[in-house]
Amino acid sequence: MPKHLYSGNEAVARGAYEAGVKVCSAYPGTPSTEIFESLPQYEPALYCEWAPNEKVALEVAYGASIANVRSMCAMKHVGLNVAADPMFTAAYNGVGAGFVIITADDPDMHSSQNEQDNRRYAEFAKIPMLEPSDSLECQAFIKEAFEISERFDVPVIFRMTTRLCHSKSLIELHEPIEIESKPYSRNASKFVSTPANARRNHASLEKKLADLEAFSNASPLNQEIDNPGATIGVISSSVAFLYAQEAFGDKASYLKLGLTFPLPMDRIRQFASRFERVIVIEELEPFMETAIRAAGIECEGKAMTGKIYELNPQLVEQRVLGIQKPYVACPIKLPARAPSLCPGCPHRGFFYALSQNADYVICGDIGCYTLGCAPPLNAMDSVVCMGGGFTLAHGMAKAFEMLGDKRHKVFGVLGDSTFFHSGLTGASEIIYNSSSVIPCILDNRITGMTGQQDNPGTGRNLMGGSAPVLDIEAILRSMGYDKVLVVDPWKLDEVKAAIKEALDHEGHCALIAKRPCLLIKGAPRTARRFAVDTQVCKACRKCLKLGCGAISMKEGKSSIDPVLCGGCSLCAQTCPFGAIKEA
Amino acid sequence: MTSMLIVGVGGQGAILFSKILTEALVEKGYDVKMSEVHGMAQRGGSVSTQVRFGKKVLSPIIGLGEADILVSLEEMESARYCSYLKPGAIAIINRYRLLPGSLADGKESYPEGIVDFMSAHFETHLVEAAAAAQALGNSRCMNLVLLGAMSNLEAFKDLDWETVIRRSVPQRLLDLNLKAFEAGRALPW
Repeated sequence: MPKHLYSGNEAVARGAYEAGVKVCSAYPGTPSTEIFESLPQYEPALYCEWAPNEKVALEVAYGASIANVRSMCAMKHVGLNVAADPMFTAAYNGVGAGFVIITADDPDMHSSQNEQDNRRYAEFAKIPMLEPSDSLECQAFIKEAFEISERFDVPVIFRMTTRLCHSKSLIELHEPIEIESKPYSRNASKFVSTPANARRNHASLEKKLADLEAFSNASPLNQEIDNPGATIGVISSSVAFLYAQEAFGDKASYLKLGLTFPLPMDRIRQFASRFERVIVIEELEPFMETAIRAAGIECEGKAMTGKIYELNPQLVEQRVLGIQKPYVACPIKLPARAPSLCPGCPHRGFFYALSQNADYVICGDIGCYTLGCAPPLNAMDSVVCMGGGFTLAHGMAKAFEMLGDKRHKVFGVLGDSTFFHSGLTGASEIIYNSSSVIPCILDNRITGMTGQQDNPGTGRNLMGGSAPVLDIEAILRSMGYDKVLVVDPWKLDEVKAAIKEALDHEGHCALIAKRPCLLIKGAPRTARRFAVDTQVCKACRKCLKLGCGAISMKEGKSSIDPVLCGGCSLCAQTCPFGAIKEA
Repeated sequence: MTSMLIVGVGGQGAILFSKILTEALVEKGYDVKMSEVHGMAQRGGSVSTQVRFGKKVLSPIIGLGEADILVSLEEMESARYCSYLKPGAIAIINRYRLLPGSLADGKESYPEGIVDFMSAHFETHLVEAAAAAQALGNSRCMNLVLLGAMSNLEAFKDLDWETVIRRSVPQRLLDLNLKAFEAGRALPW
């Protein structure tokens, strides 16, 4: 059978299709995004969508499960915080058809604001959890996840990590299975979460967990790999197992766990009893180690491996076995090469305008526009979580009010996708509990940072169909913003005038900076390019304050790289000497 | 097993490079794993992908002192990742400089001595990919020039590159990319 290179994300999508999944909902978030980007190819066997946020995605998938079709939702680790509310109660209630919750954690924070270990959620919410190690297991385990969900009447958490999601390895493709659909009939005592039902459901969940532990002890998802003569016993899961296997080789025998909640404690006890040293290799929190010790089984782990950032084979070798391979470090000081807003990015003009006044307090949010914090723009006071831009701003404005501070002007800044995700509630808060915050939506007509996904404002859906366009301006007006100014962020004068008008306004004013991201496929682009007249340039470096990747100093004068230039003209607008003109 | 690092700056095409390479290795019957980073790293930042191939590959990623081959699409980036290389490993470096944003103000200049340092510690091959790509009229195909140059290494001698390039590149860019690959292959090694 031919083998194909699939990323962990693609393999999960393939496996879910082969398992007969019918309804799939997600909000994009690195490193999980490509799971859903690779689902539309399996239409019409399944339905898939981008939900406005993770809580919606989980609820949609759960609803489909109640209606007796296999369903799944996917999100990055912090997305599960947003979706946690329905998840905890879904665990009590149980499922209709198989229901899988995929969480993609990001050890090392390659593209995240924290590196929380979502394995803790499995224990907290009392939901069984599977952890694959490579693409082949992603494809196989997702099928097991649906089986376990149905057999034990529970949701299943499918926990991935960045290195699993974004690593490609070989899989074989199989045909999807046929699932006979069960007719729907109301089951209110199961799915209506009144206190009386919840009390009963909690008791039954505890019973299910006991059954699941027995299942875990017997399951082939947890397997031993024996090396004769080995004196070390390694217990590991996820991609960390591969790191361990490479570091220890045949010096150790392994208990490789694919079903990590409930842990197969009898198997672990039996395995551990055979070795002089038992070492747990896991990334981030001592999730397994703590539970194993609590069961009275001696083991080592986090004291050596550490609980921050990600591991790799060499780090395991170094920290546990004390072996350091020789390597050569570069003695030359290398300048940082940090990510930045693209040349021509519509966000730049808005942040540049805000950066001109030190009294502006700017509460940013999660997306490409987080990069407004980077030098030389330095236009951000805080970034915490999706939707937090508006509400942190409201809190700061209330604090300044209490302090009698009239000097600071507070702006909450987030993108169009984030507005639909969780900015709507913050926008309501600013009106309801009236504050002077100016909410700003950087509407680039797409979900940018995760790689161009559609959202309720774009007019398209995940399956490529057209969709109604939710009108941000009309939404804000209906909430009670009596002034909503829509500006083109490529026009600095327009942006500056709007900021002034908003600050002078007596009632509630919101700003929308609207221009499509240059990376949207098929979006209109300008062919114009800008160049510096070196005879006129006085090397004042004002254009460098834009932080545009196309502009640099060359031979004492400003210079624009025509290949990189995005044609926004902000540099021409900021040059006090008129030295920058259309080329 | 062979471990490789393909590095450069976001937008230079390190991922397409790695995609073609890994597909060609799969065709040849190797077990292959490849790891890449998405999201924040794409926006003009330093990027790296890792490729490992052999009879059986375990971990998709490596650590310090473990890579056999480094391909750098940009000069300075080779040095940024050199600690991942085994001493004496092969380094294929594009003699092409992209000024990082932190140097745009001209107060400090692009670091000198990178190539000398790399050559002193590694089996270094320098590739003039920018000139070759410009001769083809599109500087964005430097990645395929580098791939063509790399294909001269013994480890990649009899891979079926053309078939894989044909199915990895959009039709309108196919001719350009095939020419870029051939130009790289023909460069002095």
